[in-house]
Amino acid sequence: MNKTQLIFRHEFLNAIKRKGFIIMTLIVPVLGLLGIGIFSLVSATAGPTVVEITTIGYVDEAGGFDQYTTQGNIELVGFDTQDEATAALISGDVSEYFIIPADYTSTGLINRYTLARELETPPSITTAIKNFLTSNLLAGKVPSETVELVEKPLSLVTTRLTETGEVAAEQGGFGNLIIPGVFSLLLALSLQFSCVYLVQGLGDEKESRLIEVLLSSVSTRQLLIGKVLGLGVAGLVQVSVWLASLPLLLNLASSTFGGFFSEIQLPANFIVLGMVYFILGYALFAALSAGIGAISPSAREGQQLIPMFTLLLFVPLWFSSILFVFPDSPLWPVLTIFPVTAPITVMLRLGVTGVPAWQLAVSILVLALSIVGVLLLAIRVFRTYLLMYGKRPSWGEIFRNLRSG
Amino acid sequence: MFAAEVSHIVKSFADKVAVSDLSFAVSQGEMFGLIGPNGAGKTTTIRMMMDIIKPDSGEVTIFGEKLGEATKNRLGYLPEERGLYKKLSVLESIVYLASLKGVDKQLAVEKADQLLEKTGMLATKSKKIEALSRGMGQIIQFIVTIIHDPQLVILDEPFAGLDPVNTELLKEIFLELRNQGKAVILSTHQMNQVEELCDRILMINNGKNVLYGDLGEIKARYRGNSVLLDFEGELGEIPGVTAKRQHKGYLELILDGETTPQQLLERLVGRGIAINRFEVATPSLNEIFLKEVGRKP
Repeated sequence: MNKTQLIFRHEFLNAIKRKGFIIMTLIVPVLGLLGIGIFSLVSATAGPTVVEITTIGYVDEAGGFDQYTTQGNIELVGFDTQDEATAALISGDVSEYFIIPADYTSTGLINRYTLARELETPPSITTAIKNFLTSNLLAGKVPSETVELVEKPLSLVTTRLTETGEVAAEQGGFGNLIIPGVFSLLLALSLQFSCVYLVQGLGDEKESRLIEVLLSSVSTRQLLIGKVLGLGVAGLVQVSVWLASLPLLLNLASSTFGGFFSEIQLPANFIVLGMVYFILGYALFAALSAGIGAISPSAREGQQLIPMFTLLLFVPLWFSSILFVFPDSPLWPVLTIFPVTAPITVMLRLGVTGVPAWQLAVSILVLALSIVGVLLLAIRVFRTYLLMYGKRPSWGEIFRNLRSG
Repeated sequence: MFAAEVSHIVKSFADKVAVSDLSFAVSQGEMFGLIGPNGAGKTTTIRMMMDIIKPDSGEVTIFGEKLGEATKNRLGYLPEERGLYKKLSVLESIVYLASLKGVDKQLAVEKADQLLEKTGMLATKSKKIEALSRGMGQIIQFIVTIIHDPQLVILDEPFAGLDPVNTELLKEIFLELRNQGKAVILSTHQMNQVEELCDRILMINNGKNVLYGDLGEIKARYRGNSVLLDFEGELGEIPGVTAKRQHKGYLELILDGETTPQQLLERLVGRGIAINRFEVATPSLNEIFLKEVGRKP
């Protein structure tokens, strides 16, 4: 086994033995199974749901509104005068009442009275009143099927077609968003943890001066490659466990819950792109971390510097609500192409609108070029500062050193 | 062939010259002292010899070869400040670091057992490093330094923080290594240890060579023109003696430039003075060190 492999093995085994790593890796499948288990348990023990009937009053001043007083779970009770209705409201016999004025058919106005303070009329009440009025107005004038059709909410079935006119495999909707959304958060956390481990490991070795013993045995290049690969493969194992457990959990959830969960689907290429962006994202952040680790005199100081760039990982998540509302905002191509935000942005977008092929290509290219650039700088910083202890060099000094080479 | 040969190495950091045109050689089977005040450039020199950093110019050869991957396995290095992986056990630490020096696992375990036994540390074999005392950690680190049977061992302040028992133990092992034909470089501030152990020394200050060569010859070179004398009877005036200094228990006689200690002894014997002690005053390495680096304690 050559020395790079020895360091790789040591770092990999150390990383996967950490408690934090084991907990993070298992949390997704365990929490998923736990959720499904609890749901099955609760739904098995709970009895049939009791439907509650709401009673509301009305005063018919216009006349003719006396049929169809049962609207779903809402029972309508007629009163002769407003005073009677008010008394019933106060005594709690009705939860609210409304008046159909004499000129209703010309004005369309209904007055509603309630004890509750509310932002707006609950939709169920509005629908019930509306359907009650419509049914009474149309009774006998049009067939009852027509009345039903008028009252039913619009049922719109959207089908997404591909450019060739066939039905697309992914039909969009919220079902598509769940998995990429959860995965992008996990990906950001996994990348952040990998960076923390790398900086902490280097910081510890610097602090204990073990780095000198290591460098008297191996070259800087062997040390850096061994460490980065060891921690990277550990992170990849973590992400693979998550990615592998997602479809399994999804199948289990859709057979247990049905409904919404059966609509959830993984976007095409999701698993492949998830892997690709983890690897590229990790390589970029590992190179940045190596630089940070080299200039930090201790593990603690290194950890204080990490959020400077790992915070950028979470930027796409902060803006995710904008993505749902304005999926065509120019912010998205920018965040997709900007290397530091690319991995998480692509994962999020895959679930909402998809990412145009050209943007994916540019994003991967820019990410790859950034990795090469940052790696070259990191190696330079690594060589210069790895053996400097004590005070952290100023940024000005680091830039001067980078320029002068 | 020298175990290590350093020729004209120069190393600067930013605007500061850390090592300036330094040359020396260390033979096999030799204990070599590298001494100098803080910031003199000792550690930088050692790091260049260990191929941890590259010199700006000049060359280091180890057993006649340029520094590289292959030479690293022949070097053993104990840095001044010590540390190991706190969460690993003693045996795991030794085996991992030995593997980076090209020792296979089985051999590393065997040798670790031998060395732990020899240093009386066998009971700590399965303990985590963080459970060890500082001194014990240092012994483990010393084991890591020599487990791969290096031909050149560089020890930076090896006695710092050790109790007298462990200090003696390490000294014995150093001498053993030297007697096995290995080259040992000892970098320390403890001049008495250098005087006791080293055959030759290099004293550096501000990255430059101040003194280099055989320890005995250097001391002879710094021998002052005075004699330490303990006697009975009356001394009186003695030709060739320009001044007398009374110390506790002995008298120091300062000679003029022409009189040798041998001539003085003959004159004293000629006068029938009973002599209990007659010693040519030789400065300690510590005195030479202070004189050369121009500082007083």
